[in-house]
Amino acid sequence: MKVVSLVLTLALGALLLLATEDLPNWGDSDSPASLHLSNYYIENSMEQTSVPNLVTSVLADYRSYDTMFETTVIFCAGITVLTILRRSHRKKKKEVKPRPKGQDHDLILISAARMIAPMMQLFALYVVAHGHHSPGGGFQGGVIFGASFILLALAYDLETVLARLKERSVLIMSGIGVAIYVGIGTICLVLGGNFLDYGAWSKVLGVSVVEAHSHGMLGVEIGVAITVMFIMFSLYADLSSGGEMDEGL
Amino acid sequence: MDELITAIIGKYNYWAFLILLLIGLHAMISKNNLVKKVIGMSIFQSAIILFYVSIGYKKGASIPILSHGHGPEPIHQTAAQIVAGIANPLPHVLMLTAIVVGVSTLGVALAIIQKINRVYDTIEEDEILEKIKEC
Repeated sequence: MKVVSLVLTLALGALLLLATEDLPNWGDSDSPASLHLSNYYIENSMEQTSVPNLVTSVLADYRSYDTMFETTVIFCAGITVLTILRRSHRKKKKEVKPRPKGQDHDLILISAARMIAPMMQLFALYVVAHGHHSPGGGFQGGVIFGASFILLALAYDLETVLARLKERSVLIMSGIGVAIYVGIGTICLVLGGNFLDYGAWSKVLGVSVVEAHSHGMLGVEIGVAITVMFIMFSLYADLSSGGEMDEGL
Repeated sequence: MDELITAIIGKYNYWAFLILLLIGLHAMISKNNLVKKVIGMSIFQSAIILFYVSIGYKKGASIPILSHGHGPEPIHQTAAQIVAGIANPLPHVLMLTAIVVGVSTLGVALAIIQKINRVYDTIEEDEILEKIKEC
């Protein structure tokens, strides 16, 4: 098998190596990729959406429909992992295995995690809210926020975190994140615009059409962040405890 | 000789991603352990993501964020200069989508491997195939 795989990969590698001849040089500003469509966004994004971060404006406004289903993909992945792994509660009490020595709560780890976790959460909120003007946005901030919960679960154990963050509420909140996204788009329809055309929000918010695009993007990013944060924690909790949701790592 | 040197300078980053892609593909085909296969899949995805992000790079260009960017104020520049000074944002956007979907698929793959381990008590491919034949 190893030999067959080597032959196949090397053959494919030779073919792709030949194909790199036709690719543009690295860093060439006249490459086909940066000639046609991207210049439109660079020239018009500021006037149409008043968002300086081009990546955010393209992701959450021009390609908003795409991002909506991307959020749905994450939500579906979380639900799928839960469906595959989760076992129904067994009535008989499992005998609790005592943790091996040296693996119980570590004082230094807990003290550090208690100080770091609030800072991580604050920084995650900054990344979400400031994603229009600096690198960041809903997905990035959501992952940082979810990582803070995972840090606590590693430092204490999964039970301690799940006592404060119920499994049911994790799933409901991740659904609410998708609902915020779709809701913002639907209200655009009600207000007489197209689906996810945030300009229609200007009638309600009392700002210009261009600024309404910016505010609509912020709302959408918050919805994305909520979904990502809870699904990331849900993935960790399911995978680390094998669907038992009892002890984790 | 000079042509060869310019070709190497212009294309060497593609070759790096190509090697990474082949490592991932080889791991996916030849490894018996399912977790190692999934690691190979992740390497494969990373190679593709790096390839696309490198396409968006322009020499001397700044990050795709206007108004707080580096260099002179946009007022004193022509449209062509602004376009040349900003990196191409589209590959970044599309690869952000690819990264997110990659994380989702990784999570689902690991969950399926755990389920397989629960049923067959192994994650080695050949042992699993033997056990399926026995049934």
